[in-house]
Amino acid sequence: MDLQNSDAIVFMGSNMAECHPVGFKWPMKAKAKGATLIHVDPRFTRTSAMCDQYVPIRSGTDIAFLGGLVNYILTNKKHFEEYVLSFSNAATLINAGFKDTEENDGFFSGYNAQTRAYDRATWQYQTSKAPERVPEPSSTGETKEGGVGTPTQPVAGSVKGVNFAALVANRLPGVPLQDKTLNDPNTVFQILKRHYARYTPEMVEKICGTPKELFIKVADTLIANSGRDKTSAFVYAVGWTQHTTGVQLIRTAGLVQLLLGNIGRPGGGIMALRGHASIQGSTDIASLYNIHPGYLNVPDAAKTHDTLLNYILTETQPTSFWSNTPAYVVSQLKAWFGDNATADNDYLYDTLPKITGDHSHLPVMVEMSQGKIEGMILTGQNPATSLNAGFQRNAMAKLKWLVVLDFFETESSVFWKHADADPTDIKTEVFFLPAAHIAEKDGSMTQTQRTIQFHKKAADPPGDARSDLFFWYDLGLRLKKLYAAGRPGAKNLDGIKNMTLDYAPDPADVADWIHKDEPSALKIFKEINGYDYKTKNPLNSFANLASDGSTACGAWIYTGMLQLVNGQVVNRGEMLPGKNDGWVSPNWGWAWPANRHQLYNRASADPAGDPWSAKKKYTYWDAAAKTWKNDAGDGIDFTLTKAPATPANATGVGVAFHDGASPFLLKKDGKGWLFAYEGLSDGPIPTHYEPWESPVKNLLYKQDRNPITKIYDVPGNKYNEFAGTQFPTVITTYRLTEHHLSGTMTRWLPWLAELMPELFVEISPELAKEKDIANGEYLRVITERGTTEARALVTKRLRPLTVNGAIVHQVGMPWHWGYQGIATGDVANNVTSFVADPNVSIHEGKAFTCRIEKGRARA
Amino acid sequence: MAMDTVTSRRQFLKLTGIGTAGIAAAELGGLGFDLAFAGQRAARRKLEGTKQTASICPYCAVGCGTLINAKTENGRTTIVNIEGNPDSPISTGSLCPKGAATFQLAVNPLRKDKILHRKAGATDWDTEPMTRDQAMTRITQLYADSRDATFVEKDANGKLINQSTGIFALGGATNDNEENYLIAKVNRMMGVVRIENQARI
Amino acid sequence: MSDLRGMFVDTSICTGCKACQVACKQWNEMAPGVPLPMEDEAAVREHRAFTGNSYDNTGHLSATNWRHVKFIEQIGPDQTTADRSDPRWLMMSDSCKHCVQAGCLEVCPTGALYRTQFGSVDIHQDVCIGCRYCVGACPFGVIAFNQRTGRVNKCILCQDRLEVGMGTACAKACPTSSLTFGTVSDLQAMANDRVKALHARGQTDAYIYGWDLGNTGTITAGPNKGSAVKDVEVVGGLNVFYLLLDKPEVYGLPAHAALPQRNFVPSAGVALITAAVLGVTGLAAFRRNRMDENAAATVEGGA
Repeated sequence: MDLQNSDAIVFMGSNMAECHPVGFKWPMKAKAKGATLIHVDPRFTRTSAMCDQYVPIRSGTDIAFLGGLVNYILTNKKHFEEYVLSFSNAATLINAGFKDTEENDGFFSGYNAQTRAYDRATWQYQTSKAPERVPEPSSTGETKEGGVGTPTQPVAGSVKGVNFAALVANRLPGVPLQDKTLNDPNTVFQILKRHYARYTPEMVEKICGTPKELFIKVADTLIANSGRDKTSAFVYAVGWTQHTTGVQLIRTAGLVQLLLGNIGRPGGGIMALRGHASIQGSTDIASLYNIHPGYLNVPDAAKTHDTLLNYILTETQPTSFWSNTPAYVVSQLKAWFGDNATADNDYLYDTLPKITGDHSHLPVMVEMSQGKIEGMILTGQNPATSLNAGFQRNAMAKLKWLVVLDFFETESSVFWKHADADPTDIKTEVFFLPAAHIAEKDGSMTQTQRTIQFHKKAADPPGDARSDLFFWYDLGLRLKKLYAAGRPGAKNLDGIKNMTLDYAPDPADVADWIHKDEPSALKIFKEINGYDYKTKNPLNSFANLASDGSTACGAWIYTGMLQLVNGQVVNRGEMLPGKNDGWVSPNWGWAWPANRHQLYNRASADPAGDPWSAKKKYTYWDAAAKTWKNDAGDGIDFTLTKAPATPANATGVGVAFHDGASPFLLKKDGKGWLFAYEGLSDGPIPTHYEPWESPVKNLLYKQDRNPITKIYDVPGNKYNEFAGTQFPTVITTYRLTEHHLSGTMTRWLPWLAELMPELFVEISPELAKEKDIANGEYLRVITERGTTEARALVTKRLRPLTVNGAIVHQVGMPWHWGYQGIATGDVANNVTSFVADPNVSIHEGKAFTCRIEKGRARA
Repeated sequence: MAMDTVTSRRQFLKLTGIGTAGIAAAELGGLGFDLAFAGQRAARRKLEGTKQTASICPYCAVGCGTLINAKTENGRTTIVNIEGNPDSPISTGSLCPKGAATFQLAVNPLRKDKILHRKAGATDWDTEPMTRDQAMTRITQLYADSRDATFVEKDANGKLINQSTGIFALGGATNDNEENYLIAKVNRMMGVVRIENQARI
Repeated sequence: MSDLRGMFVDTSICTGCKACQVACKQWNEMAPGVPLPMEDEAAVREHRAFTGNSYDNTGHLSATNWRHVKFIEQIGPDQTTADRSDPRWLMMSDSCKHCVQAGCLEVCPTGALYRTQFGSVDIHQDVCIGCRYCVGACPFGVIAFNQRTGRVNKCILCQDRLEVGMGTACAKACPTSSLTFGTVSDLQAMANDRVKALHARGQTDAYIYGWDLGNTGTITAGPNKGSAVKDVEVVGGLNVFYLLLDKPEVYGLPAHAALPQRNFVPSAGVALITAAVLGVTGLAAFRRNRMDENAAATVEGGA
């Protein structure tokens, strides 16, 4: 909604008009007010049609393009100097031993070719000497070395009697050193300048195939629409994430926006458009292997997580908002294990499983293909049409059992009819349990701007259909009962025994409905929100969470969505009429954290706390009242009474360590990171690497591809030859307005099926002519993994690009189809591969290579 | 939103979203049309006697507001109409084609409302019906068996890991926060760490 | 006149999402007569074929498609060269125009077609005898015969919603307000402002189709680049009218539609024109079946 305040918007890695059509009304409002809209994309789409500038680009070269913007801004001295100096780490000094990719032909310092990993020692800040430490409590009384967050020898002892505040204060590091003139060659600013010096408009044209003039027009538009009076925004979606350089790619946009002063301000920012109704919620309240709800890292055998005390010491950051970690961790354990979770038994921390590596989707599917996974439960996901779909279908054939919760008979639920093996040889026992529709259950979802909306049940589900909530609740209760009765040889039963599942509905809640045993979503909502363990009253703020077991809270970031106001429990997630109060609308739903809609909004005021301009006024310091204010009603994303002129405090714990001009509370130095000395496995500054499968070599470095890309060298997942001749065409996959993801919620709907009935591939007339393919004819997309058959949609909206003097063709293929439903088609993902970003294990479905041939795949 | 029974013209007007130029609801109310004239038309048939509930579109993450009208007959409440919620500041009443089809996602002859079961090596679903209790009893047993059979208490270095390696819970991005919370909680308490959703894919 | 209701279709902000098509089908419960308020699976299968005509797979208005979004690709001045300058992709949501002088209404022998209190043209289904005179009389090829019911059907401007003070389902759903429902006089003022705002931004192609509000312009892209355009009043005015960015023919609309009643462009013509604009070989073959169907319908309609 904030996009309506932008003066320029760049859509890149997003086809917003098609994939988020209703959200697109806000950029259109900005356009009506005079904003310039720009679409940078391999294809001319319905988004391009609405934009003032369409800029073609070769799939997977976005870092070269955005790095080009960084270079253009720095070379022409167009960065927003006052913003950059105060709010970013531009002036911070980096270890003199740091070596850039420019000096190292595509590698940063610290690369270990044996382990294919970086040692980040030379990427660190230069700091003052850390304060003296007093010996830390441990049963042996010995002092342990190593900063917080870095692996140390385990500290012995339990959390009983531990004063976390003192312990965290004792671990304060030194203060980062800065050169505010930005002249020191070790400043982040100078490192950036050197790093991007070769990313010139000419180089952008050579790598990306983007005509130089179009690139410069984008750069000039962004510069002209940034600064005190104007703000520009970037909008992205999975067109940026699904790359082997996905995280770095988004970071490059972060660099551009920090340099232009567009973060934390109305109409600015980098907007992530997420694809599923509650994908934000399922990341926050994570059904992901590596994070517990509230972005707390899952205990890891490879980290110093041996006991609760060690886990907390490793995870707590003394100089950021994460200094409060002990309260969040203990409250979560209290929520999960209830009465018997006490300091005496470390709140049953030891019963939690620890991860032992990457257990994300792709590696688990590899394990499955090797027969190591016995059972799988699918809640609304459809791996049978997912990446390297043939591989995944064959892997599923190794399962002993499979449970599918869905509306329709999805491809995955009948994978056994479509794997390579004969069904009679597939020994998987399969259950299909019909699921309830959103209208048929209570619950909350978190949308793409972090706003939590609570929806109420409006109808009964048909037949045997039940909510997924009921499934997991029922399964949990049944398992508890089974283990309570005793299971010979079963280990670690304390967790199961103590797991709280007290969600039985109040009779009034189910009085109107057929099913009387539906668990209370509101009770779970309350557990996520957090409550006082003794009074059971909901907590209004995460500031109320304690590390002594007196509070319980499933996910600290959501605390406050349920509140106690004048003795009444108020559900702030409810969607109440009359709460549309403009673009912030603070009373419509509830945005985590603490109903802060615009993050880092302290940056909307200058270092002195005054609005950058009257036009872009948002959060500001009221000197008379000695407080930050926001007239739009947004939550202040800063310490409310911390004056702008507050100096940094070398002995301050948490955000008190930062000065009054440090808007980025979750960062250890409070600054926006142009240089990320930690948190990333593949480098502190984004660098252009070619996609894992590319028709051309890297023009910038000898190192062609991200050196620590996650690759899966297993049968059935062969990669196309890099820069070879067999697979010369670049292909990207995408979604259409008329369908959703793998189509399980759309291909069974006649109203939608008729709008986009069949799989097609968009291909330029030039390539079509070369391959003798007429519009509407069948063609085959071929890779080492397989073949997908589709209709040709010949259109000039696709164009050949000139890359380093040679023509490169690109084609595009939507991936909504499968062999079930009423709009059926080949599975696009038959041709994709398992290859992933090293930071987050997201695959590279947006840029790979293929060969196009005329004709059908199967007779 | 509390559920309201749509009985009055005033409440019909709530459904009037954007896309009306220069017409205040009050003005329309003052036009003096005879409601009886509308007798044969769907609006009255459809919405009278229904209850209206604010909900959300289940497709992408924009989070558009919907209004669901449902009717109760013989103790069962079924959906009659779903359209945009003009009160939502996010969507101000609009929907995309998928959102506009949310009704057909629920009310659809192809939607499965029976439990299906396939035996190992079978070429089709069982023909005999399975109750939810039968299915859940069997699933609980399979889950526990796989949990115990693949349970690793300590890793090679003797570190306590309490991990069950043989079960994979996949999905969640189409689910409510509360459902995700239970996916994360129930599985982890059982030692399962292979928990993933569409945010990765 | 202030009671007249209509819609303004601003094609310059249509994203081609087709929400209007689905919202129409949902509210109007296409098609009637089956246990569930939707077309059955077989009916969908009958026209499930991929057309190859840009992103348009429903092809034309029909008795069960009261709304139809057209897609016109103009990537460069023509479709046969590599020139991709000034690319644009025109989209337009089409429906019954609810003409001030409605040919369909004038030829209807039974009064099934009637003028509502909102100025729109509705159909009393129980009075329609299925004679199909109206099918031939419509200058836009809008009204169509429903084989299943034996009667004609088309957009009725959500008469049932209007009667209870609601706007049209399609306009309500439209994410960008490309479709706006309101009083015709308000909409005219809005349309006029919009044309002027676009001209001020340099988009001089914009003009009004349906009413003559006095705007003139010049086409800025595509095969007709440089051609003059101006507001055009059609058959006494259209209560559902358009802001267009190219000549009417490009959108399959008659440049100067008028009554007599045989002077109409059947919807198949839309496809023909689009096919010509696309200039893509193979397309014609794809269209042939659809056109044959339409031709048959036309003959029937004219009989």
